[in-house]
Amino acid sequence: MSFITKPKVQWSGQRRNPLGLTIRDYEGGMSTLCAGCGHDSVTAALVQAFWELAIKPEQVIKMSGIGCSSKTPAYFLNGAHGFNSVHGRMPSVATGALAAQRDLIAVGISGDGDSLSIGMGQFAHAVRRNINLLYIIENNGVYGLTKGQFSASADPGSKSKAGIENRQQAIDPVATAISLGGSFAARSFSGDKAQLVPLIKAGLAHPGCAVLDVISPCVTFNDHEGSTKSYAWTREHHESVNSPDLVEPADAIEASYDEGQELPVKLHDDSVIRFRKLESDYDPGDRARALEYLERHRAEGKVVTGLLYFDPNQPEFHQLSGTALQPLRDIDFERLNPGADGLEQMQKKMR
Amino acid sequence: MKPTETGDSEYFHRVVDCQWACPAHTDIPEYIRLIAQGRFTDAYMVNRESNIFPGILGRVCDRPCEPACRRTRVDEKPVAICRLKRVAADHKEDIRERLPNIPERKNGKRIALVGAGCASLAVCNDLMPLGYECTIFERLSVPGGLMRYNIPAFRLPAQVLDEEIGYIVDMGVDLRLNSPVESMKALLDEGFDAVFVGSGAPKGKELNLPGREEGDANIHIGIEWLESVAFKHTQQIGKRVLIIGVGNTAMDCCRTSLRLGAKDVKVMARKPRQFFKASDWELEDAEEEQVEIIINHSPKEFVVENGQLKGMTFEVMEYDITDGRITDSRVVEETFIEADDVILAIGQETAFPWIERDIGIEFNEWDEPVVDRETYQSTLPGIFFGGDAAFGPENIIWAVEHGHQAAISIHNHVHDKPVTERLPRMVKLSTRKMGIHEWSYSNDFEPAARRQMEHVPLTERFREIDTEVELGFTAEQTACEVERCLNCDIQTVFFDELCIECDACIDICPTQCLTITPGAGDEDALRQKLTAPAENTDQPIYISDQLKQTGRLMVKDENVCLHCGLCAERCPTAAWDMQKSLVDIPYARDHDVSPCRQRQTGS
Repeated sequence: MSFITKPKVQWSGQRRNPLGLTIRDYEGGMSTLCAGCGHDSVTAALVQAFWELAIKPEQVIKMSGIGCSSKTPAYFLNGAHGFNSVHGRMPSVATGALAAQRDLIAVGISGDGDSLSIGMGQFAHAVRRNINLLYIIENNGVYGLTKGQFSASADPGSKSKAGIENRQQAIDPVATAISLGGSFAARSFSGDKAQLVPLIKAGLAHPGCAVLDVISPCVTFNDHEGSTKSYAWTREHHESVNSPDLVEPADAIEASYDEGQELPVKLHDDSVIRFRKLESDYDPGDRARALEYLERHRAEGKVVTGLLYFDPNQPEFHQLSGTALQPLRDIDFERLNPGADGLEQMQKKMR
Repeated sequence: MKPTETGDSEYFHRVVDCQWACPAHTDIPEYIRLIAQGRFTDAYMVNRESNIFPGILGRVCDRPCEPACRRTRVDEKPVAICRLKRVAADHKEDIRERLPNIPERKNGKRIALVGAGCASLAVCNDLMPLGYECTIFERLSVPGGLMRYNIPAFRLPAQVLDEEIGYIVDMGVDLRLNSPVESMKALLDEGFDAVFVGSGAPKGKELNLPGREEGDANIHIGIEWLESVAFKHTQQIGKRVLIIGVGNTAMDCCRTSLRLGAKDVKVMARKPRQFFKASDWELEDAEEEQVEIIINHSPKEFVVENGQLKGMTFEVMEYDITDGRITDSRVVEETFIEADDVILAIGQETAFPWIERDIGIEFNEWDEPVVDRETYQSTLPGIFFGGDAAFGPENIIWAVEHGHQAAISIHNHVHDKPVTERLPRMVKLSTRKMGIHEWSYSNDFEPAARRQMEHVPLTERFREIDTEVELGFTAEQTACEVERCLNCDIQTVFFDELCIECDACIDICPTQCLTITPGAGDEDALRQKLTAPAENTDQPIYISDQLKQTGRLMVKDENVCLHCGLCAERCPTAAWDMQKSLVDIPYARDHDVSPCRQRQTGS
């Protein structure tokens, strides 16, 4: 970590988004993570995505559990709502927040420990229910806060800093999300913002639970030789199935898409991110093929990245539950509260 | 793309904008740091090394450093570099012990210098410690040249001049006052080993309009008039004064007029304000004293009735301006402005009636001597020019630099070495890392605005002609202003072989200076591809060698780097380091002129 606060400074030629805000206006507090931590890059990517999308910070809620990853919400969007919950329980809090205020733009930040160990059940059900949430897993394969024990995403055969080999099987959050019936599953790398930022934007725009697994190396406990989550390993072994291209709103209407070669994702402001296919045999709309592809490449020791599975037509949590279109928060107390008689009626039905 | 060459002297020197802009390459960030530590004497000596007159220049320097200051690009106003220089001069202790020793045994070389102004004094400053015998011939009864008689005492007090000129004269210079040189030929006959001409540009430009001769009694040439005021030959002026011209001399003339009893002073400018030659701060100071600056008035005629000047008629101009240039102009009307006196401050030029044209010193079509820009030698070997005498009016700091360079030439020349054999500038780097989170420089960004210099109240400043207007910075102002310096001499030095491309530096940089990129076809294209496009093409971009993991390049736009050190602080592998760059400027003393010694070999 560093002890010097990043100074607030204006300079000539600084760019502003349509809201008149600079990218610095989307930052948060000073990071206390280790210098070189991948999580700080994820933070920077979030800052950039929100700034580029010109989202008002107060429209956003950021939530997390416990772990190095879960400190991230403190480092971006100072003006947003936030909730730092119990270990592994971020999805429950997110469900509650979105139930009450469905027009919030929600970001949940979790880690491989928070989501794949203690919070595995929560993770699974958030995906299943298709809560309208960008669910980022900052995945580094170790428990950083407790000094580098293997986590549930550590690959079998990879070595700890002390040279001990991991023998347990790894959970792949992307494959898990697809098999749980998730509507959006993507993977990226903290060291590749050109891919990460558009995936964050697509995830924010996606109406449902967008799982984004980000390989985010632990520079202190898992960046050595023998690690499969280091900067060097990830760089050497990651393989993109598609590459993002931004299309501005004005062009979006005109732009024609090559169905076989491109995958358009519509954003809130009607602009479109076009994911260009890099692998000709990869179809992110085909769940079975996607799982097969992931499995084949896992066996080859490859880290597959990109938008790996995408189904924008799956109904999200509110649609599934048939809740009111108006956020519950905005509904008058009189309408929201059935009253003693109403409650009596309802209970009667259930007897 | 080709990686940036940082091994030569240029790159890191250029990053220090102020030092790069200073003709004498004064180590500005270093002396500001010393002031911050309360080491005023050390700060003064760092200054004196290159600019020789910190007390004088701390008041009247033309400050090319300030418009260049990086601070202007992250904040509206530059660091008050010039006034901080004065702080060091005001608070220093006795420095005489720190001046170079003057050898008692001389080297047998005699140098004649014409004019006791800043250029000649700079030559003496560099040559006296090497054992030279320097003789200055000065036309007036006091040394100092234009610093003495063209800059009014309310801006530059005489005691400051006396002190700093004294340091040099007391090195044993043979200063001959009241000794105008009448003939270069005669001077050469005296057998000097070299002659340096630092006689300035003493001839004020004339304005030949109708009525000039008839009104002569009340029409003055600016620099001559200022000289006459400085020596108390002129002690009054009319109530209504017109100053023609809007350069720095005009500013001195209008403010001096107010101190001699003028009540209504107008500075008449031919063009709009953006074309004024005077520095902004001199204009501000004059306007603070209620001087009226009137634009778009072109002088037409001096109006004289019965032998008495009544005023001037002007043509009121209208200009077409596109892209900061005047493309067309026309006269709109004529107007008469009353005046008791008119002062002409429209420029000055060199004059060498005392140099014979047949002794081998060539003069160009404008009757200026032909002088080499690097060696300051004229076409007659052994005769050197510097200061305003060399290339026409510039400023004190340029004259000092001319003096340093001419001293090197003289040193070479008298020892039969080619004058072109000069050492290059070098840059030395040394890390400022003290511990994991400790840097031996103050790297916190101070958001404060530039401190305002306190002035003597208007009601008091006109009572005495030599009341210094500026009071100098207070301790509190100094403490704040020094922290505004961005420490541009603490360089961000990159080691590509250590980089693991984690993006930590890019993410933490408060001004988006850094990018890791696959590169681009050329620099222009690359500038557009950066995290924040590098639009300021006056500022260099640094391009690293290929990085180990991906073969991409680390690119840094130097434009608004705060030198806060956060990139180095955040780097997990110390691929970035903060290193102090020291520009090693060679002076005459660094040039080895001894004949080749035969090295003894064998037993």
